[in-house]
Amino acid sequence: MQLTVWTYEGPPHVGAMRIAASMRGVHYVLHAPQGDTYADLLFTMIERRDTRPPVTYTTFQARDLGSDTAEIFKTACREAVERFRPDAVLVGASCTAELIQDNPGGLAKALDLDIPVIPLELPSYQKKENWGASETFYRLVRTFAPAPAARAETRAPGRICNILGPTALGFRHRDDIVEITRLVESLGIAVNVVAPLGADIADLALLPEAAFNIVLYPEIAGVAADWLARNHGQPSVTITPIGVGATETFIAAVATHAGLAPQDRPGAGSRLPWYSRSIDSTYLTGKRVFIFGDATHAIAAARIAAKELGFTVCGLGTYSREFARELRSAAAECGVEPLITDDHLEVEEAIIAAQPELVLGTQMERHVAKRLRIPCAVISSPVHVQDFPARYSPQMGYEGTNVIFDSWVHPLMMGLEEHLLGMFRDDFEFNDGAAPSHLAPVSPPVEREPVLQQATTLPASPSVTIEPPWADEAERELKKIPFFVRGKARRNTEKYALEQGLSIITVEDLYDAKAHYSR
Amino acid sequence: MNAPVSLPPLGSAAKPLRERGQHEVFCGLTSIMWLHRKMQDAFFLVVGSRTCAHLMQSAAGVMIFAEPRFATAIIDERDLAGLADIHEELDKVVDKLLARRPEIRLLVLVGSCPSEVIKLDLAKAADRLGGIHGPAVRFLHYSGSGIETTFTQGEDNFLAALVHELPSEPAGAAKSLIVAGALADVVEDQFRRIFDALGIGPVTFLPPRNSAALPHIGPQTRLLLAQPFLGEATKAMERRGARHLAAPFPLGEEGTTAWLLAAATEFGVDPERFAAITGPGRTRARMAVEKHRSVLDGKRIFFFPDSQLEPSMARFLYREAGCEILEIGTPFLHRHHVADEFALLPPDVFVSEGQDVDRQLDRCRAARPDLVVCGMGLANPLEAEGMATKWSIELVFTPVQGYEQAGDLAELFVRPFARREKLRVRV
Ligand code: SF4
Ligand code: SF4
Repeated sequence: MQLTVWTYEGPPHVGAMRIAASMRGVHYVLHAPQGDTYADLLFTMIERRDTRPPVTYTTFQARDLGSDTAEIFKTACREAVERFRPDAVLVGASCTAELIQDNPGGLAKALDLDIPVIPLELPSYQKKENWGASETFYRLVRTFAPAPAARAETRAPGRICNILGPTALGFRHRDDIVEITRLVESLGIAVNVVAPLGADIADLALLPEAAFNIVLYPEIAGVAADWLARNHGQPSVTITPIGVGATETFIAAVATHAGLAPQDRPGAGSRLPWYSRSIDSTYLTGKRVFIFGDATHAIAAARIAAKELGFTVCGLGTYSREFARELRSAAAECGVEPLITDDHLEVEEAIIAAQPELVLGTQMERHVAKRLRIPCAVISSPVHVQDFPARYSPQMGYEGTNVIFDSWVHPLMMGLEEHLLGMFRDDFEFNDGAAPSHLAPVSPPVEREPVLQQATTLPASPSVTIEPPWADEAERELKKIPFFVRGKARRNTEKYALEQGLSIITVEDLYDAKAHYSR
Repeated sequence: MNAPVSLPPLGSAAKPLRERGQHEVFCGLTSIMWLHRKMQDAFFLVVGSRTCAHLMQSAAGVMIFAEPRFATAIIDERDLAGLADIHEELDKVVDKLLARRPEIRLLVLVGSCPSEVIKLDLAKAADRLGGIHGPAVRFLHYSGSGIETTFTQGEDNFLAALVHELPSEPAGAAKSLIVAGALADVVEDQFRRIFDALGIGPVTFLPPRNSAALPHIGPQTRLLLAQPFLGEATKAMERRGARHLAAPFPLGEEGTTAWLLAAATEFGVDPERFAAITGPGRTRARMAVEKHRSVLDGKRIFFFPDSQLEPSMARFLYREAGCEILEIGTPFLHRHHVADEFALLPPDVFVSEGQDVDRQLDRCRAARPDLVVCGMGLANPLEAEGMATKWSIELVFTPVQGYEQAGDLAELFVRPFARREKLRVRV
């Protein structure tokens, strides 16, 4: 049993719904109680879809238990097929129906439907949303792009590819496909099929026609792509093109798989490298950033933060346990402890301990950051209605790098702004309690200090060492230090005082500590 | 002469169209959304699955509260493998929770579909935990499962559980009034002032804002329902001797007056005094609704089932705003409790109970209503089909009861029309 308040991933049948809702002509009959229909609103509200997801729930009740829940499933399945006339139907159970063991697969088979039926076994008490999506997509690919009788030969390079992985409710997947399709086509390579988002089962049957696969989102398409590699001999490009460096590596890999000779990079490129070099960006140097999200976006974010924006990564983690290995090596590269957990309270503790100046996370971290009054940008699902902006805002490819530069840097102070704050910190209108001038007033200008204090003394933080108290004058001096480094100054001074065995912290000690740590 | 026996038509209040197909409603867990804020020292621990946790998060829409006063103990594989130690696991979760939130005084274990299907005995768990952590922390349990309850029925079950905790009336107690059903604090305060002015009292509210402030109950207790979905809680209170005062629900000027009158009559308030005290509120309510009447007059409204508030809302719209009611869908029809509402509605108003959402959508499309009141999963798709919609959940989450809110209630239904009127962009 696990205590949770918020979760990063839903149950596996929600993953299956994401695949069904991504595709055309696929219907999902889900054996589930009525409350599980809440999942519809993920699509109609969060994603603002104009249609209901293609899911029929049996919504059995307690009084049906033991007698005719199987009959209810059969009726629902038959009626859904009659009403919606799908090309194929997925059948499965949610957590409650799994316990009553009606076997939707077998029941649907007994109905003798005239369309393909794909039974899904998604163990709700073991697995989660992304796993469910991945498994469902894999089942669909296996069914509709069947393995050839003979073992596939390795493909010769060719100028035709598939793009795999984007789904409904994916973080900016909608825009990423547009960007990546354009990028690939600009290399003279044709896109055969994009799946699952926007594909139907006929498209899945065409998958083997491509020379290679691009796996945009391994959380969802990794397993299917491996299967296609084994059975159809299709190699995969698994570099996620998020960030300038990764986009370039991605283009090189795609070019190789397409058999293209090394050639010029496609036009426009990214504004990020120049913006990063521009003088206004010097203030970004060494800014402490904490990153948490799905593995794909978190790992990409760490690379961009460190190498393309000059931040210091002070925390890196993911809830995607399936990608723990990849994340560990990314964390090692940044020199931080990897955080692999799906307990958001643990993430909160880690954020508090790391004292970052910017948080890149999910909606959950956005919330934590708001409470701790740390700037934040959302980089990963779980998604929120705000993560489906009206404007075009991909994360991948060159345009993605431009979007990322803006959306990560905007929550921060700008170059001169920081210095002016240091200079005029006592000005009643222009002070460190005031939010950045270019930002909407998301948070009221209140005194930050108590929050940081509270942050360091939250009951959750395990290492309780008694810091020596601050002399009044020293406390006042500390307040003169700009807030964005104040937490660090406090921490360093207290550490120093503890090491030196001081009983009270004076102004002198504050500057001694500063000198000590600046070495 | 032999008059033909006329049976009530199918779809009427007496004989609602009962449907058994896909229900598109929340389960009872969702009522935790307002209960956890209403009772400030209570904490709701759902004993359920990842689905339940995800529902709570998604239904809340956003993470409104950094630390809400609810959580889920997610049952996993190991718990299912050996039912014996699932209770130990639950104890550990509770230990962890209490260590983290030492201010909790009432910990409510909420049953879910999975916990019910595996027959996890939460009554036993609550007893045992009470033995360990009591008396500082009190433990209650109820079911909010989707196989037993819809949306607001979770509150009903919670209140029913709370009723067992109510102390008995002291001997020789005077007549008292319990107002049952969670209301926004501001509404509660307004009603309290009116009851005071009428000289009705003592009046207590259930649920109270603090778990220590439980009202006493017994044969001298009169019960006024602020919400129509309290069947189980009412039964539990009647078993403790309380007597239910039948009335329409306090929505709109008419409903509020009738509701207050039920209490006033029982407590022997002089009619002139009643008229004098309620007069100003009635006038304000009528004026406030009148402002919106030009928009709502003649509008044809279709209700999908959601909260059981539908008959009362329909009555308000029909009587005070001049709307035509095409269908009143309700997840469950508590005939006795809504009888006074139907007495004010046309006898042939179409009523459906339960749901087959696809068939109901067919009926809705055929009727082309001016406004559809429905759940969050249906609203955008219906808007995309060109229909104006209203999220039914807003009617639960917005203070709408009483005189001072009558105008707000009308405004909720006006908003979709006003918006369409303003927009000059085409889809
Ligand atoms: S319907 Fe049942 S399983 Fe689903 S969220 Fe509600 S209580 Fe949990
Ligand atoms: S129908 Fe009304 S009066 Fe009858 S038992 Fe239920 S609550 Fe009591």
